[in-house]
Amino acid sequence: MLQRTNRLRSLAAGALAVTGALVLTACGSDDNSDTGDSGDSTKAAAGNIKCEGKGNLLASGSSAQKNAMDVWVKNYQAACGDTQINYKPTGSGAGIQEFLQGKTAFAGSDSALEPEEVTESKKVCKSGQGVDLPLVGGPIAVTYNVAGVDDLVLDAETLAKIFDSKITKWDDEAIKALNPDAKLPSTKIQAFHRSDDSGTTDNFTKYLHTAAPDAWKYEPAKKWAAKGGQSADGSSGIATNVKQNDGAIGYAELSYATGSDIPTVKLDTGGDAPVEATTENASKAIAEAKVVGKGKDLALELDYTTKAAGAYPMVLVTYEIACDKGNNKETLAATKSFLNYAASEDGQKALADIDYAPMPDEIITKVRETIKGLS
Amino acid sequence: MSTDTAPASPPPPPPSPSKSAGSISSGQDTRPGDRVFAGLARGSGIILLVVMAAIAAFLAWQATTALTENEGNFLTTFEWDANADPPVFGIAVLAFGTIVSSVIAMVIAVPIAVGIALFISHYAPRKLAAPLAWAVDLLAAVPSIVYGLWGALFLVPHVTGLYEWMDDYFAWTGILEYNGGAARSLFTVGILLAIMILPIVSNVCREVFKQSPKMQEEAALALGATRWEVIKMSVLPFGRSGIISASMLGLGRALGETMAVATVLSPSFLIEPSLLDPGGGTFAQNIAASFKEASAAGIGREALIASGLVLFVITLLVNGLARLIIARRKEYSGANA
Amino acid sequence: MTDVVLDKAPVNDTPPPPSSTLRQPRLPRWAPLGIGALSAALGSGVGLVAGLESRIQWGLIAALLYVVINYTLATLVEGSRQAKDRLATSVVWVCFLAAVVPLVSLIWETVVRGSKVMGVDFLTHSMNGVITLQEGGGAYHALIGTVEQVAIASIIAAPLGLLTAIYLVEYGGGKLAKAVTFFVDVMTGIPSIVAGLFVLAFWILYLGFDYSGFAGAMALAILMLPIVVRSTEEMLKLVPNELREASLALGVPKWLTILRVVLPTAIGGITTGIMLAIARIAGETAPILLLVFGSPSINNNPMEGAQSSLPYYVYEQWKLGNTASFDRAWAAALLLIIFVMVLNLVARAIASWKAPKSGR
Repeated sequence: MLQRTNRLRSLAAGALAVTGALVLTACGSDDNSDTGDSGDSTKAAAGNIKCEGKGNLLASGSSAQKNAMDVWVKNYQAACGDTQINYKPTGSGAGIQEFLQGKTAFAGSDSALEPEEVTESKKVCKSGQGVDLPLVGGPIAVTYNVAGVDDLVLDAETLAKIFDSKITKWDDEAIKALNPDAKLPSTKIQAFHRSDDSGTTDNFTKYLHTAAPDAWKYEPAKKWAAKGGQSADGSSGIATNVKQNDGAIGYAELSYATGSDIPTVKLDTGGDAPVEATTENASKAIAEAKVVGKGKDLALELDYTTKAAGAYPMVLVTYEIACDKGNNKETLAATKSFLNYAASEDGQKALADIDYAPMPDEIITKVRETIKGLS
Repeated sequence: MSTDTAPASPPPPPPSPSKSAGSISSGQDTRPGDRVFAGLARGSGIILLVVMAAIAAFLAWQATTALTENEGNFLTTFEWDANADPPVFGIAVLAFGTIVSSVIAMVIAVPIAVGIALFISHYAPRKLAAPLAWAVDLLAAVPSIVYGLWGALFLVPHVTGLYEWMDDYFAWTGILEYNGGAARSLFTVGILLAIMILPIVSNVCREVFKQSPKMQEEAALALGATRWEVIKMSVLPFGRSGIISASMLGLGRALGETMAVATVLSPSFLIEPSLLDPGGGTFAQNIAASFKEASAAGIGREALIASGLVLFVITLLVNGLARLIIARRKEYSGANA
Repeated sequence: MTDVVLDKAPVNDTPPPPSSTLRQPRLPRWAPLGIGALSAALGSGVGLVAGLESRIQWGLIAALLYVVINYTLATLVEGSRQAKDRLATSVVWVCFLAAVVPLVSLIWETVVRGSKVMGVDFLTHSMNGVITLQEGGGAYHALIGTVEQVAIASIIAAPLGLLTAIYLVEYGGGKLAKAVTFFVDVMTGIPSIVAGLFVLAFWILYLGFDYSGFAGAMALAILMLPIVVRSTEEMLKLVPNELREASLALGVPKWLTILRVVLPTAIGGITTGIMLAIARIAGETAPILLLVFGSPSINNNPMEGAQSSLPYYVYEQWKLGNTASFDRAWAAALLLIIFVMVLNLVARAIASWKAPKSGR
């Protein structure tokens, strides 16, 4: 008796659980088109997208391009319902590693592949190798949070000293000299750098290294080399911490600064007037970039020392990395179609509204050609 | 799953009389049903063994690869550059961070946990005690990521007041000096871990206190002892080993905690002079943070596995110690023993 | 041990009562409350005057004052033994309150901040195509992921653990059983991140499988197995031998005895143990972080393709670091707590419903 009721009960419980799970799997929706404010650029875009391939596209890497990727993905998926793109902002270093392990369709990175990584990529690309496709640029904004200061000018040397913990107070003479009018408090400076391997760090330290070689002795790299300061994970980690802490300063792609409503530093490049971190100013610096990659690779070299009026030299160009030949057959069509959209005029135009700088025409044309040739 | 693998049909269990607690030989083990069932049970045990041995062997193999290629000293190097060529990495900072944050957690949590357990078992009004015990039980089940979220978004901004106060009175010690800045330090991690293990430790303590000999307590009370005297002379001595093993369980949790550390700490490969300075790292946090970018070509991954193995061994020792203490206590409880 | 304690029983060193009357002077019954209120007021007063910003400090000062005032007053009025008792009582109360504050704050913050976006939309939508800087989206895909991963882990670990425990208790005794016991002990010590590390290094990178919900479930199973074995073992040991003997004496084969007599007797405790183990692994983040890749869209197939899970979702949204994503993280944390709590409550309900009435 006792046992029978037990069994009945557990059967009932089991059945309940199973039906519950079944009901659960049926009632959700992937359709988020009606939630959130999508902005003008997203509505207009859908028309010109050529959908090819389908399935789930995994990608990971640079957190600097996450916000751009969000917009592309939203627009692309609105047009091509069969494809889902899953971009994870793990940092450029992690993105490249996951790509090299053959786990993702493409990687996002703010730094071009290193020679060793190109060699390594031949393993996963069977017949080809990994190529860098510059798709989006942006200013690296130095964001800060100092009570009572909403206009701050710094130059490369001061920045280098701040991030190397050589300048530790906001009312330091060097900062005062650059900002004669600002009321600088004696708060301690908390300099935030990235704890993960980051292309933004790479570009930022490249800038410091070229523009202030005496103050910044460390070799530029994805890994933060200096001692001291605080660290945070991802561009968003920097933005959050700068926002939370009085006396904080950090660096991230501009969209993170505007997304979190924190002010950015104007850069004294030695030109006529300090330059603000805006997409237009960054575009002027990116326009000077030269392609240095060989063959299909389109790695760029940036001019960090430009003193041209209104050019913001502390910029990054963020790449998508895929194989030129030997991509995974299952994801190739969708990858090409998606990258095609990202490189198209619509795709590039969608960026300006969200604080990224579109690529110069000359470069983006080459990118489109390369994407067409991917196999 | 186990059903597929079990029909390796091992011989029927030997009819030897030397068996553990519930085992009674029926003398009729040759029935087919018995054989299949015994085989299933034994098969599961074997699967578990094999899985565990496989894990240990695999991890050990990977770790050895890393250690043989390491150019630094695994124990004393203050650096983690395992992806580089040649790789240089050491666990000094991680070991320091793991142990220090766990010790801080223990120092804060154990006395308070004992207090809570005493409160629920001996002090709280009868009506309050049961629901309280229940609530603490439930709190022990709150996932660590929630503690992590709360720690990062609530504790870190709110703990600076305490830091300033500690700086005022304890700065002379050097290790409790606060130099300003966000409180993303090992000390905050310690506080968060303490809050996290508090329910677990106090649960076990409470169970132990509940079993303290009632007659003794009542006798003492009847002779005019105050409640504190009863606790001091009867409850605490009785529960001492229980408290120790509860603490060890908590320590085991604190040592291996990943998310609550990863969200709160500002990671770096330095040992800061003051515990209130941001920086440092723990084994688990370092694995979670660096694994995604560990290179496949180099030995980055294997190096992390080696560090994971060290954490494993430390936790094992702590748990083993706890179990030893519990085992010594067993003679007082146990049903069939 | 009992004897030792008895030797020291308080009666031996209790000093004679200080006064000839049997009634000692006592503090009035409202004293603790009054002193509490007084010290709270004083604490806030001191905090205000000294300009201390942190409420934590105010609380600490008040707590300290409470303990000190209580002790001094009791020493003056009631004598030192009673004072010590009062001291202990107030310390225990302070301990309790000190612990309650952060724990209540944790729940409070999660509920308040989590309920902002919690709702039907949040529960039925994924993050597919949501711009993460903006509001919108939900945790449906994560919920599915958690349910599926936890279910798979339980399907692997529960029978295996159950049978292993039966082996240890009913058939054990040999070298194999000793080895199994030892390894179960070892397994309880595996930090969750190390279990994740193993599955990642072995399953995904060494054998070359893709990230999937199943990979996460395997790590969860590794973590769940020892908990199930331990709790089931304890429960089986509680079954009185008389039951087994009676059944066997009636000629019932051993396997039927186990299935029909031993297991039904212990089933309540066993189920509780399994449910608690499930609740424990449902909140695991570290191994999931390494294994499921994470996904913004719904993936109902745990065997293939990237999946998300609730703990992963909380971490992911926290990492995105903007106001909208923090709201989502809190809501998912609330959902996760509810999920785990429900499992716990069910487990406890089963326990009290099935518990042997005779006690242990």
